[in-house]
Amino acid sequence: MSDPNHPDPATNAEPKTAPGGAGRILRALRSASIVRSLRKDWVAMLALAVLLILMFAAALPNLLAPYRVFDLTQIQLMNAFRPPAWLDGGSAEFLLGTDDQGRDILSAIIYGLRVSVTVGLGGVALAVVIGVTIGLIAGYAGGFIDSLLMRVADVQLTFPAILIAVMIDGVSRAILGNAGRDNAAVIVLIIAIGLSGWVEYARAVRGATMVERHRDYVASAQLSRVGTASILFNHILPNVLTAVLVIGTIHLGVAILIEATLSFVGLGIPPTQPSLGTLIRVGNNYILSGEWWIAIMPGFALLVLVLAINLLGDFLRDALNPRLK
Amino acid sequence: MIAFLLRRVGGALIVMLAVTAIAFVMFNYLGDPVVAILGQDASEAARRAVEQQLGLDRPILVRFFVYLRDIAGGNFGLSYRLGQPVTEVIVERLPATVELAFSGMAIALLIGVPAGVFSAIRRRSPVSRVLLGGSLIGISVPTFFVGVVLIWVFSVNLGVLPSFGRGQTVDLGWWTTGFLTSSGLAALVLPAMSIAVFQIAMIMRLVRAEMLEVIRSDYIQFARARGLPERRIYFRHALKNTLIPVITIIALQLGSLIAFAVITESVFQWPGLGLLFLQSVAAADVTIMSAYLILIAGLFVVINLAVDLLYFAIDPRLRARAGR
Repeated sequence: MSDPNHPDPATNAEPKTAPGGAGRILRALRSASIVRSLRKDWVAMLALAVLLILMFAAALPNLLAPYRVFDLTQIQLMNAFRPPAWLDGGSAEFLLGTDDQGRDILSAIIYGLRVSVTVGLGGVALAVVIGVTIGLIAGYAGGFIDSLLMRVADVQLTFPAILIAVMIDGVSRAILGNAGRDNAAVIVLIIAIGLSGWVEYARAVRGATMVERHRDYVASAQLSRVGTASILFNHILPNVLTAVLVIGTIHLGVAILIEATLSFVGLGIPPTQPSLGTLIRVGNNYILSGEWWIAIMPGFALLVLVLAINLLGDFLRDALNPRLK
Repeated sequence: MIAFLLRRVGGALIVMLAVTAIAFVMFNYLGDPVVAILGQDASEAARRAVEQQLGLDRPILVRFFVYLRDIAGGNFGLSYRLGQPVTEVIVERLPATVELAFSGMAIALLIGVPAGVFSAIRRRSPVSRVLLGGSLIGISVPTFFVGVVLIWVFSVNLGVLPSFGRGQTVDLGWWTTGFLTSSGLAALVLPAMSIAVFQIAMIMRLVRAEMLEVIRSDYIQFARARGLPERRIYFRHALKNTLIPVITIIALQLGSLIAFAVITESVFQWPGLGLLFLQSVAAADVTIMSAYLILIAGLFVVINLAVDLLYFAIDPRLRARAGR
């Protein structure tokens, strides 16, 4: 069984039959049961719709953003500090107003969304790769290797992820210098989020692997002299992916918040190619003088994004958990 | 019992040793202390002299033991950025962070526990649905944005509360407190509220989940069958058993609250440890960074150990297992 202190119901979500490759998870998602529960849950439907729209905007900002805000030739200072369209002095030209340099806030949000989502997805992907690999090895090997790896996980778990990410950022500054670090900001943040978030995956995958490795299909693979790496990744991995999917969804929300937080305190993405957090940081300078929309609008976009992800994560966790049915 | 204790304390010591080793590596290999002291253009002979003085020419293991000895004696070196002893700076900043974290936790408990109990008992009530939806917003909204919105509403629009700093403080000799002046209390409201929002949502969801689990259990069904009044069942029987796991989680949260204070302090320019840490990271001031790392690790290890021991004291099953 998995770690009794952290039971992970999602691992037992479906009956384990013979391994079927990585396409299995997609088939599981398409299967009637999850679509049926999605249809019954209008909150989850709404969250999914909102998330799809935001992801579309993040993928193709040029299509949706009214202005190329970070093209220096397009900046017109005379448009600075316009309030949103529905307030006195606002115009339909700039729906959500403009910032201190006359840039359209809506466009800035759409481009910022792209940076936030890129860093979030990249961080989650790195955490998945590290966590799944360590979890598979620990669960399959057992014994000394298992206790060593889990001990490392325990140590890391005593620190909040955000602190570890800040620490990694500080180390990157000491190594690369401030300018070098800013050029590599996206990569540094992906590494910081990945290294601070792998433990949850490792624990869940380890627990599931310990169950799986005693099953007949693993024994039969061992007997036919399939290599260990192949057994781990081709045979066991597809059966623990449901757990990874649930953790990954919730982690994506956390990852985007970590990026936004680091950027807000000035340790994340620099203002030359801002993320949502950077936009809020810049706008925060004008809160006291009354130009509230420069910070509040990107903040609201961030809130909607993370809320949609969390709602969907809650839905997936419940829908893939047979105990709640 | 003694074996269990020793194992836990041993584990805690190993964690601390590992963290200290990481801090030592950061301290030694990131940034050049000789350059920090002499500047870029020092002569080779002067560099040698300083290296010798700092003991940098000695073998790495010797230096690690010297480092451990210094830390045990409370000496974390000089801050590159401030030129002051790190210990002095930290002691000066500690009260602000502790007061902020405790005020935030007090607010979170006062709101979170009743809200969680209510939403578990009256599961289908519309109020519970609103509370549950609100709690999801509470864990989705970043702490810093809560701070920004609070400043916008209460400082800019209503003009009733200060947006930065700690107000006037009273020096008690070993502790400076903001609790004793009206400006200190006013300055505390917004930071404490913004640090509490996430914790309120967390605690509420935890209490609700635990309470639902307990309500489903057999002895509550028995109590119902005996015809005990609902109020008595919920508050005498259910809540009591709900609170044990909740207390341990709150203890663990207190540590992360001090870490979260990093963000809140930056929004409100609150002169505590978190702000100090952020400024040190931005300036790559590794002496303060490594000291903060060790300090926070120590805090978490002590809290974890205390929680383990608490469990041991509360849960007879653990004692039985350890006795075997």
